[in-house]
Amino acid sequence: MTRVRLYQLAVVLAFVLALEGLCAVGVIDKITMPAPHIILRDFFRLLLEGRYFDEIGKSLANVLVAFALAFVVGAVTGTILHGYRTARDILDPLFATYYAIPVFAFYPLFIVMFGLGDGPQLLIGFLLGVVAVIVTTLNGLDRVPLVLKKTARVNRLGPLQTALRVTLPFCAPYLLTAAKLALAYAFIGVIGSEFIMARAGMGYEIGYAYTNFDNATMYPLILLILLLSILVNGLLSHWEKTLLARRGLA
Amino acid sequence: MSAAQVTLRGVTKVFPAGAGGQSVHALGPIDFEIKKGEFFAVVGPSGCGKSTLLELIAGLTGPSEGVIEFEGRPIKNDIPDGVGVVFQEDACFSWLTVRDNVMFGLRNRDFGEEEKARRVAAVIAMMGLSDFVKTYPAQLSGGMRQRVCIARTIVAEPRLILLDEPFGALDQQTRLLMGDEVLRLWRETGATVFLITHALDEAAMLADRIAVMSARPGKIIDLVETQWPRERDSRIVERENFGALTSRLWKSLREESMKTMGRAGGA
Repeated sequence: MTRVRLYQLAVVLAFVLALEGLCAVGVIDKITMPAPHIILRDFFRLLLEGRYFDEIGKSLANVLVAFALAFVVGAVTGTILHGYRTARDILDPLFATYYAIPVFAFYPLFIVMFGLGDGPQLLIGFLLGVVAVIVTTLNGLDRVPLVLKKTARVNRLGPLQTALRVTLPFCAPYLLTAAKLALAYAFIGVIGSEFIMARAGMGYEIGYAYTNFDNATMYPLILLILLLSILVNGLLSHWEKTLLARRGLA
Repeated sequence: MSAAQVTLRGVTKVFPAGAGGQSVHALGPIDFEIKKGEFFAVVGPSGCGKSTLLELIAGLTGPSEGVIEFEGRPIKNDIPDGVGVVFQEDACFSWLTVRDNVMFGLRNRDFGEEEKARRVAAVIAMMGLSDFVKTYPAQLSGGMRQRVCIARTIVAEPRLILLDEPFGALDQQTRLLMGDEVLRLWRETGATVFLITHALDEAAMLADRIAVMSARPGKIIDLVETQWPRERDSRIVERENFGALTSRLWKSLREESMKTMGRAGGA
Protein backbone atom coordinates (compact mmCIF):
# COMPACT_ATOMS: atom_id res chain seq x y z
CA MET A 1 0.00 0.00 0.00
CA THR A 2 1.39 3.41 -0.99
CA ARG A 3 1.82 6.28 1.42
CA VAL A 4 -0.86 8.31 -0.38
CA ARG A 5 -3.31 5.41 -0.04
CA LEU A 6 -2.51 5.21 3.69
CA TYR A 7 -3.19 8.93 4.09
CA GLN A 8 -6.47 8.57 2.20
CA LEU A 9 -7.53 5.76 4.53
CA ALA A 10 -6.43 7.81 7.53
CA VAL A 11 -8.60 10.76 6.41
CA VAL A 12 -11.66 8.51 6.02
CA LEU A 13 -10.98 6.84 9.38
CA ALA A 14 -10.52 10.24 11.07
CA PHE A 15 -13.84 11.42 9.62
CA VAL A 16 -15.65 8.30 10.85
CA LEU A 17 -14.05 8.62 14.31
CA ALA A 18 -15.03 12.30 14.46
CA LEU A 19 -18.64 11.37 13.63
CA GLU A 20 -18.49 8.61 16.24
CA GLY A 21 -17.25 11.11 18.82
CA LEU A 22 -19.85 13.76 17.92
CA CYS A 23 -22.61 11.15 18.20
CA ALA A 24 -21.24 9.84 21.51
CA VAL A 25 -21.17 13.29 23.17
CA GLY A 26 -24.61 14.17 21.78
CA VAL A 27 -23.58 16.97 19.38
CA ILE A 28 -25.34 14.91 16.70
CA ASP A 29 -28.54 13.48 18.16
CA LYS A 30 -29.78 9.95 17.47
CA ILE A 31 -32.78 11.12 15.47
CA THR A 32 -30.58 13.05 13.06
CA MET A 33 -27.97 10.37 12.63
CA PRO A 34 -27.03 7.18 14.48
CA ALA A 35 -23.36 6.61 15.35
CA PRO A 36 -21.29 5.08 12.50
CA HIS A 37 -20.92 1.74 14.33
CA ILE A 38 -24.75 1.52 14.62
CA ILE A 39 -25.10 2.30 10.88
CA LEU A 40 -22.54 -0.41 10.12
CA ARG A 41 -24.38 -2.92 12.33
CA ASP A 42 -27.71 -2.07 10.62
CA PHE A 43 -26.00 -2.29 7.24
CA PHE A 44 -24.86 -5.89 7.82
CA ARG A 45 -28.21 -6.80 9.34
CA LEU A 46 -29.98 -5.40 6.29
CA LEU A 47 -27.71 -7.42 4.01
CA LEU A 48 -28.09 -10.63 6.05
CA GLU A 49 -31.87 -10.33 6.18
CA GLY A 50 -31.95 -9.72 2.43
CA ARG A 51 -34.97 -7.50 2.99
CA TYR A 52 -34.17 -5.00 0.25
CA PHE A 53 -32.48 -7.25 -2.27
CA ASP A 54 -35.31 -6.77 -4.78
CA GLU A 55 -35.12 -3.00 -4.40
CA ILE A 56 -31.34 -3.02 -4.66
CA GLY A 57 -31.49 -5.29 -7.72
CA LYS A 58 -34.09 -3.10 -9.41
CA SER A 59 -32.12 0.12 -8.84
CA LEU A 60 -28.83 -1.44 -9.91
CA ALA A 61 -30.42 -2.90 -13.04
CA ASN A 62 -31.79 0.54 -13.94
CA VAL A 63 -28.42 2.18 -13.22
CA LEU A 64 -26.75 -0.40 -15.46
CA VAL A 65 -29.22 0.10 -18.31
CA ALA A 66 -29.02 3.93 -18.08
CA PHE A 67 -25.22 3.71 -17.98
CA ALA A 68 -25.02 1.31 -20.93
CA LEU A 69 -27.40 3.44 -23.02
CA ALA A 70 -25.55 6.68 -22.20
CA PHE A 71 -22.16 5.11 -22.89
CA VAL A 72 -23.01 3.33 -26.15
CA VAL A 73 -25.16 6.13 -27.59
CA GLY A 74 -22.64 8.76 -26.42
CA ALA A 75 -19.58 6.97 -27.80
CA VAL A 76 -21.23 6.19 -31.15
CA THR A 77 -22.63 9.73 -31.47
CA GLY A 78 -19.24 11.21 -30.55
CA THR A 79 -17.50 9.03 -33.14
CA ILE A 80 -20.01 9.96 -35.87
CA LEU A 81 -19.97 13.68 -34.97
CA HIS A 82 -16.17 13.68 -35.15
CA GLY A 83 -16.45 13.00 -38.87
CA TYR A 84 -18.97 15.79 -39.51
CA ARG A 85 -17.49 19.16 -38.68
CA THR A 86 -20.63 21.18 -39.49
CA ALA A 87 -22.91 19.02 -37.33
CA ARG A 88 -20.41 19.32 -34.52
CA ASP A 89 -20.21 23.10 -34.86
CA ILE A 90 -24.01 23.29 -34.73
CA LEU A 91 -24.20 21.12 -31.59
CA ASP A 92 -21.21 22.59 -29.75
CA PRO A 93 -23.20 25.37 -28.01
CA LEU A 94 -25.69 22.76 -26.77
CA PHE A 95 -22.85 20.63 -25.36
CA ALA A 96 -21.28 23.69 -23.73
CA THR A 97 -24.47 24.70 -21.92
CA TYR A 98 -26.05 21.29 -21.45
CA TYR A 99 -25.12 20.88 -17.79
CA ALA A 100 -26.69 24.22 -16.96
CA ILE A 101 -30.04 22.58 -17.76
CA PRO A 102 -31.64 20.96 -14.68
CA VAL A 103 -32.61 17.64 -16.28
CA PHE A 104 -34.57 16.65 -13.15
CA ALA A 105 -37.00 19.47 -13.95
CA PHE A 106 -38.26 17.35 -16.83
CA TYR A 107 -38.96 14.35 -14.59
CA PRO A 108 -42.67 15.21 -14.06
CA LEU A 109 -43.04 15.58 -17.82
CA PHE A 110 -41.41 12.17 -18.39
CA ILE A 111 -43.78 10.64 -15.81
CA VAL A 112 -46.73 12.09 -17.68
CA MET A 113 -45.30 10.76 -20.94
CA PHE A 114 -44.08 7.33 -19.83
CA GLY A 115 -45.91 6.62 -16.57
CA LEU A 116 -44.54 5.89 -13.12
CA GLY A 117 -42.42 2.92 -14.24
CA ASP A 118 -38.72 2.56 -14.96
CA GLY A 119 -38.83 4.61 -18.19
CA PRO A 120 -38.56 8.12 -16.73
CA GLN A 121 -35.75 7.07 -14.36
CA LEU A 122 -33.79 5.46 -17.18
CA LEU A 123 -34.32 8.55 -19.30
CA ILE A 124 -33.05 10.88 -16.57
CA GLY A 125 -29.99 8.65 -15.97
CA PHE A 126 -29.35 8.47 -19.71
CA LEU A 127 -29.80 12.20 -20.34
CA LEU A 128 -27.50 13.15 -17.48
CA GLY A 129 -24.68 10.93 -18.78
CA VAL A 130 -24.92 10.92 -22.56
CA VAL A 131 -23.52 14.38 -23.30
CA ALA A 132 -20.56 13.83 -20.96
CA VAL A 133 -19.76 10.69 -22.98
CA ILE A 134 -20.16 12.51 -26.33
CA VAL A 135 -17.88 15.37 -25.24
CA THR A 136 -15.23 13.05 -23.75
CA THR A 137 -15.27 10.83 -26.86
CA LEU A 138 -14.83 13.88 -29.11
CA ASN A 139 -12.03 15.08 -26.85
CA GLY A 140 -10.23 11.74 -27.21
CA LEU A 141 -10.73 11.54 -30.97
CA ASP A 142 -9.36 15.08 -31.39
CA ARG A 143 -6.12 13.88 -29.83
CA VAL A 144 -5.47 10.93 -32.16
CA PRO A 145 -2.11 11.78 -33.79
CA LEU A 146 -2.28 12.26 -37.56
CA VAL A 147 0.62 9.84 -37.97
CA LEU A 148 -1.49 6.99 -36.55
CA LYS A 149 -4.26 7.72 -39.06
CA LYS A 150 -1.66 7.77 -41.85
CA THR A 151 -0.27 4.47 -40.58
CA ALA A 152 -3.77 3.00 -40.75
CA ARG A 153 -4.11 4.20 -44.36
CA VAL A 154 -0.70 2.85 -45.32
CA ASN A 155 -1.78 -0.49 -43.86
CA ARG A 156 -4.88 -0.29 -46.08
CA LEU A 157 -7.43 -0.10 -43.28
CA GLY A 158 -10.91 1.15 -44.19
CA PRO A 159 -12.77 3.74 -42.09
CA LEU A 160 -14.46 1.14 -39.85
CA GLN A 161 -11.24 -0.85 -39.32
CA THR A 162 -9.39 2.41 -38.59
CA ALA A 163 -11.99 3.30 -35.98
CA LEU A 164 -11.95 -0.14 -34.36
CA ARG A 165 -8.22 -0.80 -34.51
CA VAL A 166 -6.63 2.63 -34.24
CA THR A 167 -8.71 5.60 -33.18
CA LEU A 168 -10.95 3.97 -30.57
CA PRO A 169 -8.10 1.97 -28.94
CA PHE A 170 -6.10 5.21 -28.80
CA CYS A 171 -9.10 6.83 -27.09
CA ALA A 172 -9.57 3.99 -24.57
CA PRO A 173 -8.43 6.10 -21.57
CA TYR A 174 -10.87 8.85 -22.63
CA LEU A 175 -13.64 6.29 -23.04
CA LEU A 176 -12.94 4.99 -19.54
CA THR A 177 -13.24 8.53 -18.21
CA ALA A 178 -16.51 8.76 -20.13
CA ALA A 179 -17.64 5.47 -18.57
CA LYS A 180 -16.85 6.78 -15.09
CA LEU A 181 -18.89 9.93 -15.74
CA ALA A 182 -21.78 8.00 -17.29
CA LEU A 183 -21.86 5.63 -14.34
CA ALA A 184 -21.82 8.44 -11.78
CA TYR A 185 -24.59 10.25 -13.66
CA ALA A 186 -26.61 7.02 -14.00
CA PHE A 187 -26.46 6.56 -10.20
CA ILE A 188 -27.46 10.18 -9.62
CA GLY A 189 -30.24 10.07 -12.22
CA VAL A 190 -31.81 6.76 -11.26
CA ILE A 191 -31.53 6.99 -7.46
CA GLY A 192 -32.47 10.67 -7.51
CA SER A 193 -35.54 10.00 -9.65
CA GLU A 194 -36.62 7.14 -7.38
CA PHE A 195 -36.23 9.48 -4.45
CA ILE A 196 -38.50 12.12 -6.03
CA MET A 197 -41.28 9.85 -7.27
CA ALA A 198 -41.31 6.10 -7.83
CA ARG A 199 -43.00 2.91 -6.68
CA ALA A 200 -39.86 0.96 -5.85
CA GLY A 201 -36.06 1.08 -5.77
CA MET A 202 -33.34 2.12 -3.35
CA GLY A 203 -34.07 5.83 -3.76
CA TYR A 204 -37.75 5.20 -3.06
CA GLU A 205 -36.90 3.16 0.07
CA ILE A 206 -34.54 5.86 1.32
CA GLY A 207 -37.24 8.47 0.81
CA TYR A 208 -39.84 6.28 2.52
CA ALA A 209 -37.51 5.61 5.46
CA TYR A 210 -36.73 9.33 5.68
CA THR A 211 -40.39 10.35 5.97
CA ASN A 212 -40.92 7.64 8.64
CA PHE A 213 -37.80 8.48 10.68
CA ASP A 214 -36.54 4.96 9.97
CA ASN A 215 -32.82 5.64 10.38
CA ALA A 216 -32.07 1.91 10.69
CA THR A 217 -33.02 1.58 7.00
CA MET A 218 -32.15 4.96 5.55
CA TYR A 219 -28.50 5.21 6.59
CA PRO A 220 -27.52 1.62 5.69
CA LEU A 221 -29.07 2.12 2.23
CA ILE A 222 -27.19 5.42 1.80
CA LEU A 223 -24.02 3.62 2.88
CA LEU A 224 -24.70 0.86 0.37
CA ILE A 225 -25.09 3.36 -2.49
CA LEU A 226 -21.89 5.08 -1.40
CA LEU A 227 -19.95 1.82 -1.25
CA LEU A 228 -21.30 0.60 -4.59
CA SER A 229 -20.44 3.79 -6.47
CA ILE A 230 -17.00 3.98 -4.83
CA LEU A 231 -16.33 0.31 -5.65
CA VAL A 232 -17.34 0.56 -9.31
CA ASN A 233 -15.56 3.88 -9.82
CA GLY A 234 -12.50 2.47 -8.06
CA LEU A 235 -12.44 -0.50 -10.42
CA LEU A 236 -12.76 1.76 -13.47
CA SER A 237 -10.06 4.08 -12.10
CA HIS A 238 -7.76 1.11 -11.54
CA TRP A 239 -8.35 -0.04 -15.11
CA GLU A 240 -7.75 3.50 -16.39
CA LYS A 241 -4.51 3.71 -14.41
CA THR A 242 -3.30 0.39 -15.83
CA LEU A 243 -4.04 1.59 -19.37
CA LEU A 244 -2.27 4.90 -18.82
CA ALA A 245 0.74 3.20 -17.22
CA ARG A 246 1.01 0.84 -20.19
CA ARG A 247 1.12 3.90 -22.44
CA GLY A 248 3.67 5.69 -20.28
CA LEU A 249 1.12 8.35 -19.31
CA ALA A 250 0.52 7.50 -15.63
CA MET B 1 19.69 -2.11 -60.12
CA SER B 2 17.70 -2.02 -63.32
CA ALA B 3 14.45 -0.57 -64.67
CA ALA B 4 12.55 2.30 -63.08
CA GLN B 5 10.30 1.21 -60.23
CA VAL B 6 8.90 4.66 -59.55
CA THR B 7 8.44 7.31 -62.22
CA LEU B 8 7.34 10.92 -61.70
CA ARG B 9 6.44 12.97 -64.77
CA GLY B 10 5.49 16.62 -64.51
CA VAL B 11 4.26 16.19 -60.95
CA THR B 12 3.03 19.29 -59.15
CA LYS B 13 1.13 19.76 -55.94
CA VAL B 14 -0.91 22.85 -55.20
CA PHE B 15 -2.80 23.02 -51.93
CA PRO B 16 -6.09 24.86 -52.43
CA ALA B 17 -6.69 28.10 -50.58
CA GLY B 18 -8.20 27.90 -47.14
CA ALA B 19 -10.81 30.40 -45.91
CA GLY B 20 -9.60 33.82 -47.04
CA GLY B 21 -6.13 32.53 -47.88
CA GLN B 22 -4.14 31.87 -51.05
CA SER B 23 -3.46 28.52 -52.67
CA VAL B 24 0.04 27.16 -51.99
CA HIS B 25 2.15 25.82 -54.83
CA ALA B 26 4.12 23.32 -52.75
CA LEU B 27 5.87 21.21 -55.32
CA GLY B 28 7.01 20.83 -58.88
CA PRO B 29 6.96 20.32 -61.66
CA ILE B 30 9.11 17.32 -60.81
CA ASP B 31 10.44 14.57 -63.08
CA PHE B 32 12.63 11.71 -61.91
CA GLU B 33 12.86 7.96 -61.68
CA ILE B 34 13.79 5.63 -58.87
CA LYS B 35 15.44 2.42 -60.03
CA LYS B 36 14.44 -0.94 -58.65
CA GLY B 37 16.62 -1.88 -55.68
CA GLU B 38 18.36 1.47 -55.28
CA PHE B 39 18.68 3.61 -52.17
CA PHE B 40 17.41 7.03 -53.18
CA ALA B 41 17.53 10.03 -50.86
CA VAL B 42 16.01 13.49 -51.13
CA VAL B 43 17.42 16.51 -49.30
CA GLY B 44 16.09 20.03 -49.32
CA PRO B 45 15.45 23.12 -47.23
CA SER B 46 12.65 23.18 -44.66
CA GLY B 47 9.21 23.53 -46.18
CA CYS B 48 10.34 22.65 -49.72
CA GLY B 49 7.80 19.85 -50.04
CA LYS B 50 9.96 16.79 -49.24
CA SER B 51 7.29 15.14 -47.13
CA THR B 52 4.61 16.08 -49.67
CA LEU B 53 6.70 14.31 -52.31
CA LEU B 54 6.84 11.19 -50.13
CA GLU B 55 3.08 11.33 -49.50
CA LEU B 56 2.48 11.59 -53.24
CA ILE B 57 4.56 8.47 -53.90
CA ALA B 58 2.86 6.69 -50.98
CA GLY B 59 -0.55 7.53 -52.45
CA LEU B 60 -1.54 9.38 -49.28
CA THR B 61 -2.37 12.40 -51.42
CA GLY B 62 -2.82 12.90 -55.14
CA PRO B 63 -0.83 15.21 -57.46
CA SER B 64 -2.45 18.37 -58.82
CA GLU B 65 -0.85 17.66 -62.18
CA GLY B 66 1.37 14.99 -63.67
CA VAL B 67 1.67 11.25 -63.31
CA ILE B 68 3.28 9.04 -60.68
CA GLU B 69 3.77 5.38 -61.51
CA PHE B 70 4.80 2.51 -59.30
CA GLU B 71 5.93 -0.54 -61.25
CA GLY B 72 4.21 0.83 -64.35
CA ARG B 73 0.84 1.44 -62.69
CA PRO B 74 -0.31 4.98 -61.94
CA ILE B 75 -0.78 5.97 -58.29
CA LYS B 76 -4.05 7.85 -57.94
CA ASN B 77 -4.57 8.95 -54.35
CA ASP B 78 -4.56 5.32 -53.27
CA ILE B 79 -1.93 3.31 -51.36
CA PRO B 80 -0.24 1.00 -53.88
CA ASP B 81 0.27 -2.62 -52.90
CA GLY B 82 3.94 -3.28 -52.13
CA VAL B 83 4.69 0.14 -50.60
CA GLY B 84 5.59 0.60 -46.92
CA VAL B 85 6.08 3.88 -45.09
CA VAL B 86 8.04 4.77 -41.94
CA PHE B 87 7.20 8.22 -40.58
CA GLN B 88 9.32 10.65 -38.60
CA GLU B 89 6.86 10.83 -35.72
CA ASP B 90 6.43 7.99 -33.26
CA ALA B 91 3.82 5.82 -34.99
CA CYS B 92 3.90 2.91 -32.54
CA PHE B 93 0.50 1.89 -31.24
CA SER B 94 0.99 2.47 -27.54
CA TRP B 95 -1.75 -0.01 -26.54
CA LEU B 96 -0.11 -2.92 -28.39
CA THR B 97 2.98 -4.90 -27.43
CA VAL B 98 6.00 -4.91 -29.72
CA ARG B 99 4.85 -8.21 -31.21
CA ASP B 100 1.30 -6.97 -31.82
CA ASN B 101 2.62 -3.74 -33.32
CA VAL B 102 4.67 -5.72 -35.82
CA MET B 103 1.78 -8.12 -36.41
CA PHE B 104 -0.38 -5.10 -37.30
CA GLY B 105 1.53 -4.86 -40.58
CA LEU B 106 0.07 -8.23 -41.58
CA ARG B 107 -3.52 -7.67 -40.41
CA ASN B 108 -4.98 -7.54 -43.89
CA ARG B 109 -2.79 -10.23 -45.40
CA ASP B 110 -4.13 -13.61 -46.39
CA PHE B 111 -1.39 -15.71 -44.75
CA GLY B 112 -2.38 -18.28 -42.13
CA GLU B 113 -1.81 -17.41 -38.47
CA GLU B 114 1.21 -19.69 -38.32
CA GLU B 115 2.85 -18.02 -41.29
CA LYS B 116 2.11 -14.60 -39.82
CA ALA B 117 3.67 -15.62 -36.49
CA ARG B 118 6.74 -16.96 -38.30
CA ARG B 119 7.22 -13.77 -40.31
CA VAL B 120 6.71 -11.56 -37.27
CA ALA B 121 9.23 -13.55 -35.23
CA ALA B 122 11.77 -13.39 -38.07
CA VAL B 123 11.45 -9.61 -38.49
CA ILE B 124 11.54 -9.02 -34.73
CA ALA B 125 14.76 -11.04 -34.58
CA MET B 126 16.17 -9.15 -37.58
CA MET B 127 15.52 -5.84 -35.81
CA GLY B 128 17.05 -7.05 -32.54
CA LEU B 129 13.78 -6.84 -30.65
CA SER B 130 13.43 -10.48 -29.61
CA ASP B 131 13.83 -9.67 -25.91
CA PHE B 132 11.03 -7.12 -26.07
CA VAL B 133 8.16 -8.95 -27.78
CA LYS B 134 5.81 -8.50 -24.84
CA THR B 135 7.00 -4.99 -24.02
CA TYR B 136 4.82 -1.94 -24.63
CA PRO B 137 6.32 0.94 -26.67
CA ALA B 138 6.26 3.33 -23.69
CA GLN B 139 8.93 1.15 -22.06
CA LEU B 140 11.28 1.46 -25.05
CA SER B 141 13.72 4.19 -26.09
CA GLY B 142 12.98 6.43 -29.09
CA GLY B 143 15.41 4.46 -31.26
CA MET B 144 13.82 1.14 -30.33
CA ARG B 145 10.32 2.46 -30.98
CA GLN B 146 11.46 3.55 -34.44
CA ARG B 147 12.83 0.04 -34.95
CA VAL B 148 9.38 -1.33 -34.08
CA CYS B 149 7.87 0.95 -36.75
CA ILE B 150 10.44 -0.20 -39.29
CA ALA B 151 9.74 -3.84 -38.35
CA ARG B 152 5.99 -3.26 -38.81
CA THR B 153 6.70 -1.88 -42.27
CA ILE B 154 9.12 -4.53 -43.51
CA VAL B 155 7.13 -7.48 -42.15
CA ALA B 156 4.74 -6.94 -45.06
CA GLU B 157 7.76 -7.34 -47.39
CA PRO B 158 7.23 -4.10 -49.33
CA ARG B 159 9.08 -3.70 -52.59
CA LEU B 160 9.40 0.03 -51.96
CA ILE B 161 10.13 1.42 -48.49
CA LEU B 162 9.49 5.13 -47.97
CA LEU B 163 11.30 6.69 -45.03
CA ASP B 164 10.16 10.17 -43.97
CA GLU B 165 12.99 11.54 -41.82
CA PRO B 166 12.80 8.39 -39.70
CA PHE B 167 15.74 9.35 -37.49
CA GLY B 168 14.81 13.00 -37.07
CA ALA B 169 13.98 12.63 -33.38
CA LEU B 170 17.05 10.56 -32.49
CA ASP B 171 20.48 11.57 -31.17
CA GLN B 172 23.50 11.52 -33.51
CA GLN B 173 24.97 8.20 -32.32
CA THR B 174 21.63 6.43 -32.54
CA ARG B 175 21.09 7.91 -35.99
CA LEU B 176 24.38 6.47 -37.23
CA LEU B 177 23.56 3.05 -35.80
CA MET B 178 20.01 3.16 -37.18
CA GLY B 179 21.54 4.10 -40.53
CA ASP B 180 23.57 0.88 -40.37
CA GLU B 181 20.38 -1.04 -39.57
CA VAL B 182 18.58 0.46 -42.55
CA LEU B 183 21.50 -0.30 -44.87
CA ARG B 184 21.51 -3.91 -43.65
CA LEU B 185 17.75 -4.20 -44.17
CA TRP B 186 18.04 -2.68 -47.61
CA ARG B 187 20.61 -5.30 -48.58
CA GLU B 188 18.79 -8.22 -46.94
CA THR B 189 15.30 -7.42 -48.25
CA GLY B 190 16.34 -6.25 -51.71
CA ALA B 191 13.67 -3.54 -51.48
CA THR B 192 14.01 -0.09 -53.00
CA VAL B 193 14.42 2.60 -50.34
CA PHE B 194 13.29 6.23 -50.72
CA LEU B 195 14.59 8.40 -47.89
CA ILE B 196 13.56 11.93 -47.07
CA THR B 197 16.01 13.70 -44.79
CA HIS B 198 17.26 17.15 -43.93
CA ALA B 199 20.64 15.75 -42.81
CA LEU B 200 23.17 15.95 -45.65
CA ASP B 201 25.60 13.52 -44.01
CA GLU B 202 22.82 10.99 -43.51
CA ALA B 203 21.85 11.18 -47.19
CA ALA B 204 25.50 10.98 -48.23
CA MET B 205 26.13 7.96 -46.01
CA LEU B 206 23.04 5.95 -46.97
CA ALA B 207 22.06 6.68 -50.55
CA ASP B 208 23.13 5.54 -54.00
CA ARG B 209 21.62 8.70 -55.49
CA ILE B 210 20.62 11.95 -53.83
CA ALA B 211 18.15 14.44 -55.22
CA VAL B 212 18.55 18.01 -54.00
CA MET B 213 15.37 20.06 -53.88
CA SER B 214 14.94 23.79 -54.25
CA ALA B 215 13.04 26.04 -51.89
CA ARG B 216 9.24 26.05 -52.31
CA PRO B 217 7.85 25.20 -54.81
CA GLY B 218 10.23 22.24 -54.51
CA LYS B 219 11.95 21.13 -57.72
CA ILE B 220 14.91 18.83 -58.27
CA ILE B 221 17.93 21.10 -58.79
CA ASP B 222 20.70 18.50 -58.55
CA LEU B 223 20.99 14.73 -58.72
CA VAL B 224 24.14 13.31 -57.14
CA GLU B 225 25.45 9.74 -57.54
CA THR B 226 27.45 8.65 -54.51
CA GLN B 227 28.98 5.56 -56.16
CA TRP B 228 29.31 3.79 -52.82
CA PRO B 229 29.59 -0.01 -52.83
CA ARG B 230 26.40 -1.88 -51.87
CA GLU B 231 28.22 -3.38 -48.87
CA ARG B 232 28.65 -0.32 -46.70
CA ASP B 233 27.95 1.01 -43.24
CA SER B 234 28.35 4.19 -41.20
CA ARG B 235 32.15 3.89 -41.32
CA ILE B 236 31.87 5.24 -44.85
CA VAL B 237 31.94 8.71 -43.27
CA GLU B 238 35.69 8.14 -42.73
CA ARG B 239 36.31 8.06 -46.48
CA GLU B 240 38.10 11.01 -47.98
CA ASN B 241 35.46 11.68 -50.65
CA PHE B 242 32.64 11.69 -48.09
CA GLY B 243 33.49 15.27 -47.19
CA ALA B 244 33.57 16.26 -50.86
CA LEU B 245 30.15 14.69 -51.34
CA THR B 246 28.52 16.53 -48.44
CA SER B 247 30.23 19.74 -49.61
CA ARG B 248 28.69 19.34 -53.05
CA LEU B 249 25.29 18.78 -51.51
CA TRP B 250 25.67 21.86 -49.35
CA LYS B 251 26.83 23.91 -52.32
CA SER B 252 23.64 23.02 -54.17
CA LEU B 253 21.50 23.58 -51.13
CA ARG B 254 23.00 26.65 -49.49
CA GLU B 255 21.32 29.26 -51.65
CA GLU B 256 17.98 27.47 -51.44
CA SER B 257 18.22 27.29 -47.66
CA MET B 258 19.00 31.00 -47.53
CA LYS B 259 15.92 31.70 -49.66
CA THR B 260 13.84 29.75 -47.13
CA MET B 261 15.38 31.67 -44.24
CA GLY B 262 14.78 34.96 -46.02
CA ARG B 263 11.18 33.97 -46.59
CA ALA B 264 10.82 32.98 -42.93
CA GLY B 265 12.44 36.22 -41.85
CA GLY B 266 10.08 38.24 -43.95
CA ALA B 267 6.99 36.45 -42.74
